[in-house]
Amino acid sequence: MSILHTVNKSPFQKNDLASCLSHASDADAVLMIEDGVYGAIKGTKAAAQISAAGATVFVLGVDLAARGISEDKIADGVSVVGYDGFVKLAAEHNAVNSWL
Amino acid sequence: MKFGVVVNEGPYTHQASDSAYQFTKEALAQGHEVIRVFFYHDGVNNGTRLTVPPGDDRHIQNNWSQLAKEHNLDMVVCIAAAQRRGILDENEAKRQGKDADNIADGFRISGLGQLIEAGIQADRLVTFGD
Amino acid sequence: MSEGMEEGGSIKKFMYMNRKAPYGTIYALEALEVVLIGAAFDQDVSLAFLDDGVFQLTKDQDTKGIGMKNFSPAFKALGDYDVTKLYVEKESLEERGLTADDLMDLVYEDEDDDWAEKPSIRLVSRDELKAVLADQDVIMSF
Repeated sequence: MSILHTVNKSPFQKNDLASCLSHASDADAVLMIEDGVYGAIKGTKAAAQISAAGATVFVLGVDLAARGISEDKIADGVSVVGYDGFVKLAAEHNAVNSWL
Repeated sequence: MKFGVVVNEGPYTHQASDSAYQFTKEALAQGHEVIRVFFYHDGVNNGTRLTVPPGDDRHIQNNWSQLAKEHNLDMVVCIAAAQRRGILDENEAKRQGKDADNIADGFRISGLGQLIEAGIQADRLVTFGD
Repeated sequence: MSEGMEEGGSIKKFMYMNRKAPYGTIYALEALEVVLIGAAFDQDVSLAFLDDGVFQLTKDQDTKGIGMKNFSPAFKALGDYDVTKLYVEKESLEERGLTADDLMDLVYEDEDDDWAEKPSIRLVSRDELKAVLADQDVIMSF
């Protein structure tokens, strides 16, 4: 069993990313979408939480691009995917947990 | 694989409906089946045909209606949430004694049981909201 | 796969995530409406209360002064609908200055144990909740 978690809030305003990471198992994946993509920026507290977490972390590239965050700003260990990757991640895991 | 999609926010204020639309389109493009799109909370506001966005913006409600037409999507608006927020089909308008209805093409109004059923029947339920 | 697979239909493990406080937004109320409707579908239902979701369960809610309906008594009916697993995260309570004593007394009658009255609230640690979440088939978020 493994779960795809999605996070759509900025970690600079809400605790959803931290809460998600602390409830995700090592076999899980976490995908940051919408304003959640700000959590992927390197050198931040969120990036430190991501690198300490066991789950594999992804970010939705089109939401990054929309917000003017270039991929060279993305923290190590975070992989950029498109909607094709989003659908694949949802299919590959047993359930999807949206951290609304 | 069978997907169910849930939309919990209305159009334009929140990105949730746009994200759900992109996800649904991509899932269909990959050959998956989307057995239902369920609109709940303010998500029911995606189902009014009376929106008139500016011409240079996307028309979220039309996009959903078009996608439903192309792929025979079952788009369900929760009746309890819809009644609170003034989304009515012809039957409901008559039943509630209202002088108009506003449900858009491709949407239908039904109960919350349709959401539970989607959870049971779909292999994956994916929720978009706030 | 869930343990509850049976002939003639499958029982899925449904988890309702409650992470938002009541009244400020409608999410908690409309989530509870889904749980009540969903109870008729004979699935293996659990509710998780974490983050601000724990505020939904405080006792002594009194909404007279804000002109909204107090829906907290509806939680007391969950036991009658066979919704008996309410996981409340200890860390979320502690972070918010609450203890289990601040929560409503929610019980159900256990039909497998001569209808003995048992608590529906299960206080769990973050790690325990993590294990419960990992075991779900369908996760509903609001």
